[in-house]
Amino acid sequence: MRRSPVPYLLIAPATAVLLVVVLYPFGYNVVISFSNMSMRHLRDWSWIGLGQYRKVFADPVFYGLLAKTALWTAVNLFFHVSFGIGLAVLLNRNLKGRAVFRTLLILPWAVPQYITALTWRGLFHPEFGDVNLILTRWLHLPPVNWLKTLGGSFTACAVTNIWLGVPFMMIVALGGLQSIPRQLWEAADVDGASAWRKFSHVTLPLLKPVLIPAVVLGTIWTFNNLNVVWLVSNGGEPADRMHILVSYVYRSAFYLYRYGYAAALSMVIFLILLVLGVTFLRRTRAEASGTV
Amino acid sequence: MRRRFHDLLCYAALGASALVAIYPVLRVIGVSLRPGDQLLSTSLRIIPRGATLGSYRSLLFEMPFPRWMLNSTLVAAAVTLVGVSLASAAGYAFSRYRFRGRHSGLVGLLITQMFPVTMLLLPLYVMLSRLGLVNTFAGLIVAYTATALPFCVWQMKGFYDTIPTSLEEAAGLDGCTGPAAYFKVILPLTLPGLAVTSLFTFMTAWSEYLVAAQVIHDQDLFTLPLGLRGFQSNMTTEWGLYAAGSVIVSVPAILVFLAASRWLISGLTLGSVKG
Repeated sequence: MRRSPVPYLLIAPATAVLLVVVLYPFGYNVVISFSNMSMRHLRDWSWIGLGQYRKVFADPVFYGLLAKTALWTAVNLFFHVSFGIGLAVLLNRNLKGRAVFRTLLILPWAVPQYITALTWRGLFHPEFGDVNLILTRWLHLPPVNWLKTLGGSFTACAVTNIWLGVPFMMIVALGGLQSIPRQLWEAADVDGASAWRKFSHVTLPLLKPVLIPAVVLGTIWTFNNLNVVWLVSNGGEPADRMHILVSYVYRSAFYLYRYGYAAALSMVIFLILLVLGVTFLRRTRAEASGTV
Repeated sequence: MRRRFHDLLCYAALGASALVAIYPVLRVIGVSLRPGDQLLSTSLRIIPRGATLGSYRSLLFEMPFPRWMLNSTLVAAAVTLVGVSLASAAGYAFSRYRFRGRHSGLVGLLITQMFPVTMLLLPLYVMLSRLGLVNTFAGLIVAYTATALPFCVWQMKGFYDTIPTSLEEAAGLDGCTGPAAYFKVILPLTLPGLAVTSLFTFMTAWSEYLVAAQVIHDQDLFTLPLGLRGFQSNMTTEWGLYAAGSVIVSVPAILVFLAASRWLISGLTLGSVKG
């Protein structure tokens, strides 16, 4: 235990900058959320107490958005984790050329996210997009007008986000798999365990400590993934219905200029994530105490 | 025999997945090579008939693309410089010293990662517009630093954590303490960490769209994502320009990422597990 001014000197510059660019705006966001600030009342805003929060919770839109966001997060996480683990298990086998496969499979993570989103939007184009061309030409199915229905738009966004999110989980799971000693599987072999039993009784439990932080991070990223939803659905098509909570706030703030309302909704999103994150970490820490 | 069959199944699954992973990338490369009269083609050929570099030529010589590239580079470099230099000091303190406020500081940094983008963007935007900093690089740099700095501090702390403290103690025995020990012993060892953190911070700022879309309005100040998005929204005529731009932007990003990804992942897991 060293008591010295040194650590404070070292963190002082970073702290000063963070106070200006993070803490102050955060406080200001809290202030705005209790005000009627909007395009019309940008300078002459006044306090209105909990009015904006009341508006958030009284509006049925909020519950629809919450459900959509929950579904969005669950669908994405499910596919990220299951494809991620599946591919990691395959890559962990002694196959020739697995370094090549590993590199190819990581590619979606390496492409800048906005390019992924814009490109996939192109692939979902009703006339010239590859998705419809493949559907009609090779599978002889009718073309789908992706951005014209909520289900189509949701699917397009989800496919894009699943595509770009799998490599992260795959790499994390692969790292976890490689730290599991091979003897454990061999022991299970000796006991005559089936492949599925080996997976569910040896692999999964040992992967858990590595996967849990990744899942927490993934949940936060997906819940807050404005990029993909906004760019693929072209700002909420069809008719402003394809929104998750964050994209709706983005729209309310920067296209409808409802600053007070947007700030309050931001706070609500943040609190939801904070509660989720803290309970999640606390529970897993209690479970894993001693091992981590 | 059974083993052989299993391997075959594995190859099939890996091959199919790899195909899905690279298809959109190949597609964009293909579109970027299309001659002007085939942009609306419904052909699924990857290399188009009569492939040409025409889109690249008009992008580089007839469009403000080089300008956008310069803008993006300036902004990203400034954010990286601020983020990494401040974080290398702060990360060291968090890794090596036990001081009052350490724990809450680390938790606070983590909590900022739960902010929705709009949480800081909206108040920053209102502040910037009052200060007259909307439509300036300064405004963009401030906004990016808010997200980059906490990430940098965590990353750097993770890298310092991997360097055994015994090294400084040994240096201390040789009479090398304080700043001298840091610059002579520790800094050289964290150079890879520093490089990786810089690369990722740079790349994040270089390819950010949503914040830039609000802060920058002037075409001359456009960053790459703003410019490319402009092409893409006009899918019929400028699809080729968009594709060529994407290829130019993505290739360096992909190479850097593949080279550095191992380090980022170890930093992420170390940071999140050790606390």
